Amino acid sequence: MKKPNDIILRAVTNVAVVIILTFAVYLFFAGHHNPGGGFIGGLAFAAALTLLFLTYDINSIRANFPFDFKVLTAVGVLIAVLTGVGGILFDQPFLFQAFDYFDLPIFGKTELATAVLFDIGVALAVIGTAMVIIMTISEDR
Amino acid sequence: MNNLVIMPIIVPLIIGLVMVIFRQRILFHKIFSVLTLIATGVISGVLMYQVKYDGIQTLQLGGWEAPFGVSMVADMFSGLLLLTTSIVGLFCLIFAFGSIGEDRERHYFYPLFLFLITGVNGSFLTGDVFNLFVCFEVMLISSYALITLGGEKKQLRESIKYVLINLLASFLFLVAVAYLYSVTGTINMAHLAERVSEVGQSGIITAVAMMFLFVFSLKAALFLFFWLPGSYSAPPTAVAAIFAALLTKVGIYAIFRFFTLIFHHQPEVTHLIIGIMAAISMLFGAIGAIAFNDIKKILTYNVIVGVGFILAGLATYTSEGLTGSIYYLIHDMVIKAVIFLIGGVIIALVGTSKLNDISGLIKTHPYLGWMFFVVALSISGIPPLSGFIGKVYITEGTFEVGYYWLGAIGLITSLMVLFSVMKIFMNSFWGETILSEDMEKSSTKGVMFPIVALVVLTIGLGIGAEGLYDYVNIAVESLMNPSSYIEAVLLGYSD
Repeated sequence: MKKPNDIILRAVTNVAVVIILTFAVYLFFAGHHNPGGGFIGGLAFAAALTLLFLTYDINSIRANFPFDFKVLTAVGVLIAVLTGVGGILFDQPFLFQAFDYFDLPIFGKTELATAVLFDIGVALAVIGTAMVIIMTISEDR
Repeated sequence: MNNLVIMPIIVPLIIGLVMVIFRQRILFHKIFSVLTLIATGVISGVLMYQVKYDGIQTLQLGGWEAPFGVSMVADMFSGLLLLTTSIVGLFCLIFAFGSIGEDRERHYFYPLFLFLITGVNGSFLTGDVFNLFVCFEVMLISSYALITLGGEKKQLRESIKYVLINLLASFLFLVAVAYLYSVTGTINMAHLAERVSEVGQSGIITAVAMMFLFVFSLKAALFLFFWLPGSYSAPPTAVAAIFAALLTKVGIYAIFRFFTLIFHHQPEVTHLIIGIMAAISMLFGAIGAIAFNDIKKILTYNVIVGVGFILAGLATYTSEGLTGSIYYLIHDMVIKAVIFLIGGVIIALVGTSKLNDISGLIKTHPYLGWMFFVVALSISGIPPLSGFIGKVYITEGTFEVGYYWLGAIGLITSLMVLFSVMKIFMNSFWGETILSEDMEKSSTKGVMFPIVALVVLTIGLGIGAEGLYDYVNIAVESLMNPSSYIEAVLLGYSD
């Protein structure tokens, strides 16, 4: 097979992926009080991975992400549900959330909320689902 | 607050997710799916006990009080359906152990089964219209996967229709929720019920109610049943049985909930339309069941007759009618599961579903034959089996409100149903034995236990109907007096 001449795509991707991934993480943490959150952050993360798939072949990306995205989805939903169960353990309703302010080094006064744990689950589930869909379509001939 | 209310939803969900992570451990899947269904059964039993002695149980998710948060509500009606779901689901699952095949097992059969149960239980427990939509979707997406799992040509052909029709229904569901929200400004069922009763059920609210009726009828196969016979005959037996037992019942449950809790102020319009649709489904279903000479087709058309009959009880909107409907609903879940399982075993034995090619099975399989006979009597409502008590109450209800035509159609179609299942019995079990045991395509080994258990259950439900009466009565009382539901959820909150 002829090797495609995609030097520009590769050069742009290498830079763009870093920016998109950073933005995804920013969106994820912004979501607690501003637009953003696990769903959108996860989608942006999946967009970066998709760009990598387009630029490089599936096998070399697989070598760098050596896990099954279906399992990632299940783990994500599991984390989200279990944070809900956490409320039950403290004799509160399912999906109860708590937050408080802590003085952390570097960050200063920071709000830590259990809702972030739930959001991590959502983000993993979204990344996993999006990647499973894209990889299933790409394998379809 | 009672966290037990959420358990029938999250227990199967969590176990299903863990199964996805440990995909190759089939034995672990089998053991834990059985344990999960036993657990949800026990939990629903405890919930029913609590409802009986402490009234309707609620849970406001995340501590956000109704009507602002999402409420989960367990009343006796949901409790009875939850318990039946767990029991029927358990036996269909055990049937699947011996019949579904390793290929499907490795492709997430058991997790999908549990996700289906998650969606069904969620639909029974939610007290929020949008949440009901979400639970419907959880159930439907699992059912899309289950109906296509295996990828046979027939499955794919039928599942395209199934997916398309359900996508359309879900879309209309969402639109109807939006209309309802724009008219009333709330989607909490109890709050909706309160507001609709305050401002009265005006023309526009009845119009929205009709839209919901259309959506749920499409899912419950009430009148709009054209998609059902094809879809339910495509998947393997265990899946077809759980579909026939549970999926249409969720649509029926939604119709009951909406038209006893929220839209019950104009029964002369809404409930009459339900009655007419029920009558047409009974007639057309029975005609279909008589006309075909194919086991699968006869059984799927019988599902439609059952749906029509249950909703005939709602159409009367009397205590008798609803009592009959609940008895018949429970009976129908059990009986549809077992008759699909037996039908599936017969088809697996002889390798065809055409009645003309089957004959004389009673020689080689006497127990199967007689169990089919019992089920056939039960499905058409012969006393003392479980179908009888429901039919009596529903017919009494229709006569009480003067819907003689509805009661008459119900009784005539019962005879037609009896004829259609007896046709299967006589054709496949009587006559000359043309198939010796070593010529059979499969054996009944390993699949008889769930069938026997469900047959015992239908006899028990018939003879022990008296013991169930307390619970059914509480369910009917809370359906007929929505104020108890509203008070339990809103806890005195008012606009």
